[in-house]
Formats: sequence, structure tokens, C-alpha cells
Amino acid sequence: MDMKTSSGKKLGLKEKYRHMTRGLDWETSYQKREDVHPLVEYEGIKIHDWDKWEDPFRLTMDAYWKYQSEKERKLYAIIEAYAQNNGHLNVTDARYLNAIKLFLTGISPLEYMAHRGFAMAGRAFPGAGPRVACLMQSLDELRHAQTQIHSLSNYNKYYNGFHDPAHMLQRVWYLSVPRSFFDDAVTAGPFEFMVAIGFSFEYVLTNLLFVPFVSGAAYNGDMGTMTFGFSAQSDEARHMTLGLEIIKFILEQDPDNIPIVQRWIDKWTWRGYRVLTLVGMMMDYMLPKRIMSWKEAWEVYFEQNGGALFKDLARYGIRPPKWLDQISFDKDHISHQAWATFYQYGAIADFHTWSPTEDELDWLSAKYPNSFDKYYRPRLKFWREQAEQGNRFYNKTLPQLCQTCQIPMVFTEPGDPTKICYREVDYQGEKFHFCSDGCKEIFENEPEKYKQSWLPAHQIYQGNCFPEGTDPTAEGFDPVSKVLEYYNIGFGQDNLDFEGSQDQKNFAKWRGMATSNE
Amino acid sequence: MSTVFIALQANEETRPIIEAITTDNPGAVVNQQPAMVKIDAEDSLVVRRATIEELIGRDFDLQELHINLISLSGHIDETDDELTLHWNA
Repeated sequence: MDMKTSSGKKLGLKEKYRHMTRGLDWETSYQKREDVHPLVEYEGIKIHDWDKWEDPFRLTMDAYWKYQSEKERKLYAIIEAYAQNNGHLNVTDARYLNAIKLFLTGISPLEYMAHRGFAMAGRAFPGAGPRVACLMQSLDELRHAQTQIHSLSNYNKYYNGFHDPAHMLQRVWYLSVPRSFFDDAVTAGPFEFMVAIGFSFEYVLTNLLFVPFVSGAAYNGDMGTMTFGFSAQSDEARHMTLGLEIIKFILEQDPDNIPIVQRWIDKWTWRGYRVLTLVGMMMDYMLPKRIMSWKEAWEVYFEQNGGALFKDLARYGIRPPKWLDQISFDKDHISHQAWATFYQYGAIADFHTWSPTEDELDWLSAKYPNSFDKYYRPRLKFWREQAEQGNRFYNKTLPQLCQTCQIPMVFTEPGDPTKICYREVDYQGEKFHFCSDGCKEIFENEPEKYKQSWLPAHQIYQGNCFPEGTDPTAEGFDPVSKVLEYYNIGFGQDNLDFEGSQDQKNFAKWRGMATSNE
Repeated sequence: MSTVFIALQANEETRPIIEAITTDNPGAVVNQQPAMVKIDAEDSLVVRRATIEELIGRDFDLQELHINLISLSGHIDETDDELTLHWNA
């Protein structure tokens, strides 16, 4: 629909955007404003003038649909070509696919939650500018969930572990980590949601997921993941600017907002950082051809980029997030600690783990000179020797989980990588356990929220993770096999070591067929 | 000094855009990575429509950048003619 203006002159970008976000808004008349937007005050954030909101990318709806549809056409053309050419046989080796399984089960469902979250946040705001921005982001996130599922469904035709991500998200132990992260965000108020996801996750942390990891997918021959990843990331650039804008807008509106926002930044940077442990492990251990280490990516995208950001925000009275000393120390450690955990619990996961090859160990030694040889290489070598002798180690004791981040208590004390970090709080006569000072403090600020955490290890012990009708007192009851059944993970098919797996055998066979006439 | 950056997919559409950025920002550092290009600059970086149009020989709408944009940092000021990234501190 073209709008004719009296002068006949085309409107500039800023004018068009102003018409859409100001001219189309209206004041309520037969309902009170506070009844229409009931969630906008209880968090304590004070907004005096919603018109001060400025979206830096002034996309109008017609431009939005135009560019998004072009992105979609490109994406699906590539995905189809990739599928038609048996592109999956061009990935570096089949171990790589396990990183993508983790992506599909642990990350794609979060895109869908983000879609819901931004729809809810947009609905809550009285200002037309943020409503439009949230609407676009909500649509983007839905697109991301869909394109990721479409792209990865091609792998589901050939490989194990891709078959039931939505079901697994609600049940599988390690998936409670990303799931509870987003559940936490969408059950917060609209402003906290925007600071949590729009700012802390999108602006400060999402580059680590989509930029080096997706570039790594390209490096490993996975055109499907590269394509949906960069297609999603092209929207992220817009989301990041929204995240930065919301922070500036809230802070400029009222000085009382500063301490509230600061606590959210502390909380959500720590929450997001914990979730990204999974990405660190994917980059350091699961990409056969490595592009950069987790530590290097952290230094570029968090320390350098985040450093510039917080220097800029200092003029509002905002300081960098808490616990940065620990985060900085831990960049030498967390990916190794996470991989060791998944290696041990490889029997109750829907993807394979393995012993890194000698040259992969050398790469890790070179990338982590301060930590790898001293703390992690000997353990990996020992496990490999054991596996070679037929004693592949599987830990059969369920780990204790952190009440806040829900990650097993595997992280070490700040400054001492030989000692597991334990923190605890007594609340209402019960003891709650934490992996870190950060997670403990987050609990202490909102105990009524976090005391409700659905912790998978606890739930298994309480008998809540078996298929309906299971009788745990029956003769020969095997809890692990019943839990796997509840998870919809096929024993000996989706789980255990990559060595000897169906995926390994099928990939070798099919690649052989693709490159010879045997 | 703080670094701003823009990251673009590496393809035929972005080749002239990257060339325009390096022309308009003499101090910018171009990092080639698999399937992508990340351009870093101190404090600010500008993308100019006119420079891109000169290189591609047709009209260019700066919002076409969205199709191949991967990421960026800094505050953004976008007009019909320029997209500027900058830090205030």
C-alpha cells in the first residue's frame, strides 16, 4: 500500500519509520491505559516518555517482509541443493554431527521460546516503537526455529539422535539447562525479559554461538548449518541493536532504574555464560576441524566487544557484570570440564562422545597452555587407554545439580581448578546447592522462584522419569533403561561412544559408496 | 579506544560492500574467516551508499545490508546515505 503525500516526494527512512511507530499508535479511550498494559509497572522500572524510544534500524513492515523473504528464498535454495547432493557426506567426519544434535535439541527450541517471549514482551509495552521492534523479533525467532528444524530434518533421515527434540527438551537431564534458562526469562516481567534476552543474551553473548560456531560449521563442510546459522544471525544484528537500545532507553528514563537494570545485567550475564558452556564444549571438542578455541572466541566477542560496551555504558552508572574475574579465569577450564562430564554420562545422552585423537589433544594443549596439559590431558589419555582395553568409562551415579543453572556440580573453585566448587543456602528448612557464588546469589535474590526448579537428577530419584505404568519394585527393574525409554533415547543407537556406533558405520559405508563404485 | 566491528557473509554480493568499507575507513582491519569477513575499526566505522553504488554500478538501498549481515557492534546511526557504528566512550 503506497501512501501518497501532498508534495509527491518520497519519504526518507526516518520519516517512514516515525509514521509507522508513532502515527499508527493511539491513546486508549474506553479502557484505562493501565488495564491494557497491566505488566508494565510491577518491576519498578519507571518510563516517563515512550516516544523517546528510537529504533536504530528503521525497518518498516514492507522492507521487513521484502528482506526476510529474500533471506528465506536463499536459505531454502541452498538447503535443497545440499540435500539433493547428499551434502551430509561432505562433512569432515561423522563425529561432527553430534554438535548439530546438541544444537537441535538444546538451541532450536529456545528460538521458539524467544518467539513467544518477544510476543509477550511486545504486548506488554505501551510504547509503539518497542512494540514494533518486539513484533519483528518475535517473527524472526519463529523463523529461526522453523528453518533450523527444516535444515536439520535432512540429517534425521540418515543419523540417530535427531528424532525427537521437543520431547527431549522437556525431559532429558542436560536439556533442562537451556530450557530452564529461557523459562526463567519468559516468566520474568517484560523489562527483565528484554534485559535478559534482548541485551544480555543477544547483545553480549549470542555472537559466541552464531559467529565462530557457524563459521566452524562452514569449515566442517556443513552447508546446511552454515546457511541457517548465518541467515538467523542476519536477524541477530537487528536484535542486538534492539537489546542495546532498550538498555539505553530504560537508563535514560529515570535514575531509579539503574540499580534494577544492574542486577538484571549481573544475573543474566552469569546465567547466559553458564548456558554457553555447552557451546564452548562444541567448539573445542566437537568440531573435527577447529576454527578458533572457546577461549579465543570469548576474548574477541566477550572481552573485547563486551569491554567496549560496558565502557560505553559507564556514563549511565552501569558497571561491568559481576563475577568477571571468575569468568576470566574459567575460560581456560569450562569447556574441558563440560566435555569430561558428557564423556562420563554418554550412556544417558542422545548424542555420542569419544576420546579425542592425539592431534586434537595437541591442538588443545597449544590453545590452552595454562591448563590443558596440567589438568585435563592426563585424564583424557587415561580414559582413552581404558577404552582401548575395553573399559570405556560410564559414570552410573547421577550428578548433583545446581539449583539455579541446573548444570551438574562440575565447575571448580575460582582460582583452584583442582577443587569442585560447592555453595549452599538454607531456605525454609531445606538445603539448596549451587555451583558458584553467582548462582547462589541469584537464588538468594529470588528464592521463591528458584526453589521450584525441576531438577532432572532429583526427579529421576523421585521416580518421576519413568514411562507411565513403570513399577520400580518389580523384579529386575533397570532404572537407566526406563529413564532412556522416558527420554525416547534408543540404547546402543543414540547413546554411548561414537566408536562402534551406527552413525560411524553408516557414514563410512555411505561415503565409500559416494566416492567409489563398490 | 574501543573497537567496533561489522561481520558479513563472504559472497559475491558483499565483495563490493567490503571494498567500499575499506575505502571509506582507511584504518579498518579485515579478518577473513571461513564463509565470513569481520571488519574491525577503532571507535567508529561508516558504510556509505554512494561508495557502494559506484562499485556496483546500480542503485543500492543500505537496508540490503540486512541480507548478508552477520553481526556488528556499537551504536548505530542509519540514514538513507550512511550507516555508522560508533562507541561514545
